[in-house]
Amino acid sequence: MKEELEKRIVKGPDGIEFEVEPLRDYYCEAAPTVMPQAYSKIIEGFFNWARAESLWILGFGTGCGAIEMRPLMTPRFDAYRYGVQWRPTPRQSNLFIISGYLSVKTLKRAIRSYEQMQNPKYVIGLGSCTINGGMYWDSYNTIKCLDDYLPVDLYIAGCMPRPEALLAGFEELKKLIRAGKAEGANQYAENFEWYKANQKKVILDWDMPDYNW
Amino acid sequence: MEFEWIKIPYSLLTLFIVVNYGLLMTAFIAKIAARVGRRHGIPIYQNYIDLIKNYGLRSSITHGVMFYLGPVFRLSGGVGLLLFVPSIYGSEMFSNLSFAGDLILALYFIFFGTLGMALGAAESGSPHSAIGITRGLSQVTAAELPMALAVFSVALQYETLSITEIVAAQQGSVLNWTLFTNPLAVVAAMMAFLGSMMRPPFDVVLAPQEIPIGPPTEYHSSYLALMQTNRVIFPVAKVVIYTNLFFGGATNWPIFFLKVFLIYMVSAFVGVAFPRFRVEQSIRWFLIWAMPLGILAILLV
Ligand code: SF4
Repeated sequence: MKEELEKRIVKGPDGIEFEVEPLRDYYCEAAPTVMPQAYSKIIEGFFNWARAESLWILGFGTGCGAIEMRPLMTPRFDAYRYGVQWRPTPRQSNLFIISGYLSVKTLKRAIRSYEQMQNPKYVIGLGSCTINGGMYWDSYNTIKCLDDYLPVDLYIAGCMPRPEALLAGFEELKKLIRAGKAEGANQYAENFEWYKANQKKVILDWDMPDYNW
Repeated sequence: MEFEWIKIPYSLLTLFIVVNYGLLMTAFIAKIAARVGRRHGIPIYQNYIDLIKNYGLRSSITHGVMFYLGPVFRLSGGVGLLLFVPSIYGSEMFSNLSFAGDLILALYFIFFGTLGMALGAAESGSPHSAIGITRGLSQVTAAELPMALAVFSVALQYETLSITEIVAAQQGSVLNWTLFTNPLAVVAAMMAFLGSMMRPPFDVVLAPQEIPIGPPTEYHSSYLALMQTNRVIFPVAKVVIYTNLFFGGATNWPIFFLKVFLIYMVSAFVGVAFPRFRVEQSIRWFLIWAMPLGILAILLV
């Protein structure tokens, strides 16, 4: 446990001393719950259509595959045409692209970012590293199968996949969302224990609350 | 002056028209900016979809009461600004809730949203929001000075605080517009206008790559949707004031749309042509270039 996360006594500006316990006080520890769909099928379908047509990507490049996302903003590929946009904060985005190998250190950040996103949220695994470890299959500090740690909706295979493959992947994801099959956030909530156990197995210096909104 | 209840549905109609117009216009301007970069950019209806999606998100979390109120304040700033200013001159239907002293009220409303945002974002506790707010408030304050000076200059010139009367005085010919009768005030006000549109070179407040989008860092789902709604209402409302004060107002909707679009384009053009200012640079810019013009405009009237 890091020093700044331990329980300690703090002196306020007005001289009163009080106790803070960072993990308790600064984070919300409530586990995620399964969020129900809209009451009516038609409305849910309508929302799903809107969600599919407005994919906001969290700009978080993890591995070398991240370099393939940049061309999507350029005139040549221009993903904005398809309603794909980049958002700088996890709160506002609903698509998380794990772009390539994920070292254990980054996994920690990826989990925190994922948990801060709002339901419904989608995860795309980009490149063979996310599927089976790729060329890092025997590395000591990368994870091998992303699906064990975050609920992945779609994999884009290749090392590395071309931007065209990404565009095709977005279109596939849209089909999934429209069909109501992209319920990763609820899956995560349902199998929360399992995901946490997997995550804790690889992250040895676990120094954050189990769930951080 | 007695109050007529029919004005309320009429004003709501104005609001409806302006929201739709704003959604389409901002998408159109984003498209123009994309074309400048040789892209095709977002589809013209993208803003609607984004809005629906954000209202349709299933979960949202809160950081406290002010966190709720931030977007609400912001939206009421935009709506208030719009509703207390006559949008179509000479039309009983679309003069909204304007009254004799509305000019001063409008000035208040311009600032109101920013302050509400500041309170809400401060409650969210994200350091990025705090940085964004500091930048935003200092920049808006600096931009507000020339704006206020220009507005006072115009008020002195026409000897009234009622926007309707100011528009009335500009009717007749193009040469009656404030643009030609008081050019200094218009130039100062346009400079302030650039500063308050959150477009480059004055968009350091948002700076998505540096301080993840600044004040709204923590806002999501419906909160964000409320703020998006405001982001289309507020600029239009602001441009309406400018049309009324400086460019002869609008006597029907087509002219209204055209004028609003052209004035908005000024900031878009400047935006695609110039890189971003840092805060101290932009404040200096306002104080050195825009302020003296505003003072001069008052002195000359
Ligand atoms: S799949 Fe290949 S390109 Fe992608 S992160 Fe792994 S090694 Fe790099």
